Amino acid sequence: MNSPSPDPSDREESPGVPGFRSWRGVYLFVFIFFVLCVALLALFSRAFA
Amino acid sequence: MNLLDWVVLLGTMLGIAAYATWRTRHTDNLNTYLKGNHNTGWLTIGLSVMATQASTITYLSLPGQAYENGIAFIQNYFGLPLALIIVCVVFLPIYRKLGVYTAYEYLGQRFDAKTRLLGAGLFLLQRGLQAGITIYAPAIILSTVLGWRLDLTIIFTGLLVIIYTVTGGSAAVNLTQKWQMAVIFGGMLTAFVVLLSKLPADAVNIAGAMGKLQAVDFTPDLKRRYTFWSGMLGGLFLSLSYFGTDQSQVQRYLGGAALRESRLGLMFNALFKIPMQFAIVMLGALLFVFYQFQPNTPVFFNQTEWQRHAQGPQAATFRAIEEKHSALHADKQDKIRAWVAARDLGDADTEGAARTAMAEAQKASGAVRQEARDALRAVDPKAKIKDSDYVFITFILTQLPHGVIGLLIAVMFASALSSKAGELNALGTTSTIDLWRHFRPLAAQDEARNVRNAKWFTAAWGFFAIGFALFVSFAENLIEALNIVASIFYPALLGVFVVAFFLKKVGGSAVFWAAVAAQALVVALFFWGKANPAHEIGYLWLNPIGCAACVVFSLVLQAFMGHKGSRVEPAPTA
Repeated sequence: MNSPSPDPSDREESPGVPGFRSWRGVYLFVFIFFVLCVALLALFSRAFA
Repeated sequence: MNLLDWVVLLGTMLGIAAYATWRTRHTDNLNTYLKGNHNTGWLTIGLSVMATQASTITYLSLPGQAYENGIAFIQNYFGLPLALIIVCVVFLPIYRKLGVYTAYEYLGQRFDAKTRLLGAGLFLLQRGLQAGITIYAPAIILSTVLGWRLDLTIIFTGLLVIIYTVTGGSAAVNLTQKWQMAVIFGGMLTAFVVLLSKLPADAVNIAGAMGKLQAVDFTPDLKRRYTFWSGMLGGLFLSLSYFGTDQSQVQRYLGGAALRESRLGLMFNALFKIPMQFAIVMLGALLFVFYQFQPNTPVFFNQTEWQRHAQGPQAATFRAIEEKHSALHADKQDKIRAWVAARDLGDADTEGAARTAMAEAQKASGAVRQEARDALRAVDPKAKIKDSDYVFITFILTQLPHGVIGLLIAVMFASALSSKAGELNALGTTSTIDLWRHFRPLAAQDEARNVRNAKWFTAAWGFFAIGFALFVSFAENLIEALNIVASIFYPALLGVFVVAFFLKKVGGSAVFWAAVAAQALVVALFFWGKANPAHEIGYLWLNPIGCAACVVFSLVLQAFMGHKGSRVEPAPTA
């Protein structure tokens, strides 16, 4: 049996979040926020070492 | 605790439980009972996911760990945001499209019955035992410091959660978790503000100079438990396993009104988990600074345990340790003040010398704390010598005003109840769907009987957890052992799901035996590391290794088997 794949319509539906037209944009925002968190934590470690 | 504290504690705990029980008392539809209301929004899902993951250990033990070892533990969460994005893109749409109640139902559809039972069995085994620990861990600490009876604390907590989880199922769990998280956020914020008001102006600089603020460590060393690399790779696989394949989490986000609500709930966690954990570990690091300036900082924070032995035949030894610690503590205060003055002057040489003197004073103080632990162990080999869990609760009971003490104790119970409710709900659901409905397919058509059985299974797991928690109190070493067992069960299970999603040519028999072999490999690696401590790797690394092994073994076995040869289960009837 082949594994079911995600419904394309689900992937493409609008997230309904102001400022974001696609889920890809939401994921990118979350990823950038994560990178920013790690960078700030690294700077924090250096500043108070 | 005085009357006001009791009113706040019982008012919040019983009030939330009673409200949820009343609101969800007519839940008699299987879909609502197992997945919650159809109108559940993203914030409720997000808070529910967060509440299930963060148990009392998070709020009680993590500040203590940061007090002792600094905030490096935060790296453990680095893989979480990426894992949640993967769950949103790959796992969630498939689960929702198939309309499954449990993640293991999908394994039955994709592979065969034995793989589904393997997944469900692994989950029930580890999560069932964990449910007992979820009650026991806070109960032992709170009963010790507050002088309550441990068995009654366990039974009261367990019965309370059983009542509303059995009555309202997933809907009640979602509802209570939302309000319990409000109590937790409110209480932790209050404690943080009170702590800040009691700190000296240079508190953050002092914590940094004393080595407590090393949040990120890029050293590529497999033996270090928490580094950027272990957090990113090991943490990613651990989070993927937990959020993608553990029913206690899957059930929380499957209940959304639409795919959008589930996704936004998970993205809420991806955004706020690291900042939230940072606040908690910073609380611990700042508690460390606070206690540097307290005149009566105990040499051992579990004062109940300490006093029990300090008044015995070895009283003189214990008193000598206390006096030694007191003198060293006062000396350390002077060294810290000298460093702050040197830093304010801006003279690099003086500041460097003062920093070295401060570090040596801290080392001497640490040595006396170790001496105290050794003394305890010498008079009682079974004495509990880990006192970091008692740091935050000591602060709560001695430094916070009445009313707020009750609120913070409510935080500890709310976090225990919310985690346990999610676990019981998932255990009851998996037992009903993957075991009972699987073995009794004809009886499974009866909707009312399904709900009745789900309630019975939920209650049974609740009583099992209470019984286990009562038993654990006689065998405390089991806790650590079981935590390890739970963490080494995840990788193979994740490997099965990775194969299911991405390797369409692999069939049930190949993945089943590959999972068994990968599980054996992880267990062997773990025990080999314990037997050879010089070569032991951090436990987070077992996650990518076990998962990769399952995937590779599946491919190899499939190549030998040639055909899938697996029976396919019919689609679930929702």
